[in-house]
Amino acid sequence: MISFIAKRLSLVLPTFLGITLLVFSLIRLLPGDPVEAMSGERGMTPERYTRLVHEFGLDRPLWQQYFDYVWRALHGDLGLSTITHEPVFREFLTLFPATIELSMVALFLALAIGLPAGILAAMKRNTVYDYTVMGASLTGYSMPIFWWGLLLILFFSVTLGWTPVSGRIAIQFDIPPVTGFMLIDSLLSDDAGAFRSAVSHLILPAVALGTIPLAVIARMTRSSMLEVLREDYVRTARAKGASTWRVVGIHALRNALIPVVTTVGLQVGTMLAGAILTETIFSWPGIGKWLVEAIHRRDYPAVQGGILMSATVIIAVNLVVDLLYGVINPRIRHH
Amino acid sequence: MTQASLPQAAPPETSAPPTQLAELWRDFRRNRGAIIGLAIVVALLLCALLADVIAPYSPSEQYRDATLHAPSWEPVNGHRFLLGTDPVGRDVLSRLIHGTRLSLLIGLVSVGLSLSLGVVLGLLAGFFRGATEFTIMRLMDIMLALPSLLLAVSVVAILGPGLMNAMYAIAIVMLPHFVRLTRAAVIGELGKDYVAASRLAGAGTFRLMFDTVLPNCAAPLIVQATLGFSTAILDAAALGFLGLGAQPPTPEWGSMLASALEFIQSAWWVVTLPGLAILVSVLAFNLMGDGLRDALDPKLKR
Repeated sequence: MISFIAKRLSLVLPTFLGITLLVFSLIRLLPGDPVEAMSGERGMTPERYTRLVHEFGLDRPLWQQYFDYVWRALHGDLGLSTITHEPVFREFLTLFPATIELSMVALFLALAIGLPAGILAAMKRNTVYDYTVMGASLTGYSMPIFWWGLLLILFFSVTLGWTPVSGRIAIQFDIPPVTGFMLIDSLLSDDAGAFRSAVSHLILPAVALGTIPLAVIARMTRSSMLEVLREDYVRTARAKGASTWRVVGIHALRNALIPVVTTVGLQVGTMLAGAILTETIFSWPGIGKWLVEAIHRRDYPAVQGGILMSATVIIAVNLVVDLLYGVINPRIRHH
Repeated sequence: MTQASLPQAAPPETSAPPTQLAELWRDFRRNRGAIIGLAIVVALLLCALLADVIAPYSPSEQYRDATLHAPSWEPVNGHRFLLGTDPVGRDVLSRLIHGTRLSLLIGLVSVGLSLSLGVVLGLLAGFFRGATEFTIMRLMDIMLALPSLLLAVSVVAILGPGLMNAMYAIAIVMLPHFVRLTRAAVIGELGKDYVAASRLAGAGTFRLMFDTVLPNCAAPLIVQATLGFSTAILDAAALGFLGLGAQPPTPEWGSMLASALEFIQSAWWVVTLPGLAILVSVLAFNLMGDGLRDALDPKLKR
């Protein structure tokens, strides 16, 4: 087990360095001179220019600048946003809970619907139910989620008026950020309607963001279940007279879920990226919307920091999933 | 006895084994979804090729007296807008038809770029095990660590927004899949006798790579390339929607959708129709890709 963990960890470092290299090259490949860009319309004396170049370390060799960048990033220094002049790291931390909250609820919805749908589809193979689930899942998988989100708004917010169009909570509620998670913070506050408002704001974005993971989980669960149902031990359990539910619930499901765990883990990364679209549509104040806005405003420190931080989170999640996979599937450890 | 008499009983034309292509078509045809996908893809292709002929109007012509006209059969000032007009009075149907051309082009360019580079890198990694393989595969692992949209957005952030850069970004995003598939297939093929025979007959590495081994690795690549079209169309539309891909007034489906966002409450057609076009195209390529995979993968045949 220890060598398995060590092997996984040894893959993390090159990946992290690769991403810092990508982000660093973002600085270098950008057209224009960052110091000149700072001077604005008034221009800059040559002395001041040289001093600033030296101050930013731009006169040092490239590899030194790169190590400097990584060193500072490892210490949580991602520079200042050129628009807000706030530290990028702090901005990221402020906005990140909103994205996590949205992703968690989306993943919960995807699992709550996707798992049973996939299991039932496998048990009722080649029936109308199976075809419906697979058809819906393929459609969900092919769905442009920015459009799907708009359709949800059009139907539930505009036509039916059930949910608000955007934001995390109605403006009349002033919720102090305790945990950063609106669902928890609104429960902690004394306002009775706050939690309801938070839920109604969250539900549509979560559905939109959860759609692709839902489709993937349903498909994966079905095919993994079908594979397991063919195994000898399942046939043995059946032959011994165990009920269908017992066979599926006790014998088949545990093994069928092993590949599903990996799929779910990979979906976490996909969701953090999908949040870019979902948050933009629903004006959800998370890192996805922030990142897109930073690109449009050419706030490069924010873009670099945002990409680096999101990638780091995703690598960490994937590592945890890999390790978890080793725990629940002993076969993988010994390879 | 029966075994000996069977070949004589069979009519001569069926005794010849079916060609590979005929066999593929036979397996593919059994899958109803795949046939539907293929039909839609052919229709899209015709739309793209004949866009200038079948589109009723120019995609950029603005009919200022008919802005945000709802879809209807009734003509406005002698012009009939079957799918309505957009906020500046352009015919939505014509823009959608021209958008097909753009979407397929995006798919073709990004899959083409990604496939050719991916095959070369995959062949190199498969033939030259060791340092070359290690470097290429670790690089691909790093690229795979980032979700496709985040990687695409990062690349566009470096290169700058625009249609061409969006295509490069999508090609880069898809690259690891092609490299991995090629390498795995190459390693599987290299152990086989025909490769050893060809090597003994004096074939050089270059010839072995592209002439001997590559054709036998085609099946998974064809499937991935088909599925790549759906990824490309979807990601390009997402980038267009975010304002990082094709820029207005290009009739690209994602940017069409984005530029009509503020009219979502008053004019449903300017938002729903481009999205529907994206969904149908992506679905068609996915259906076709799944069908091809089932037909090409002998393990799933039974």
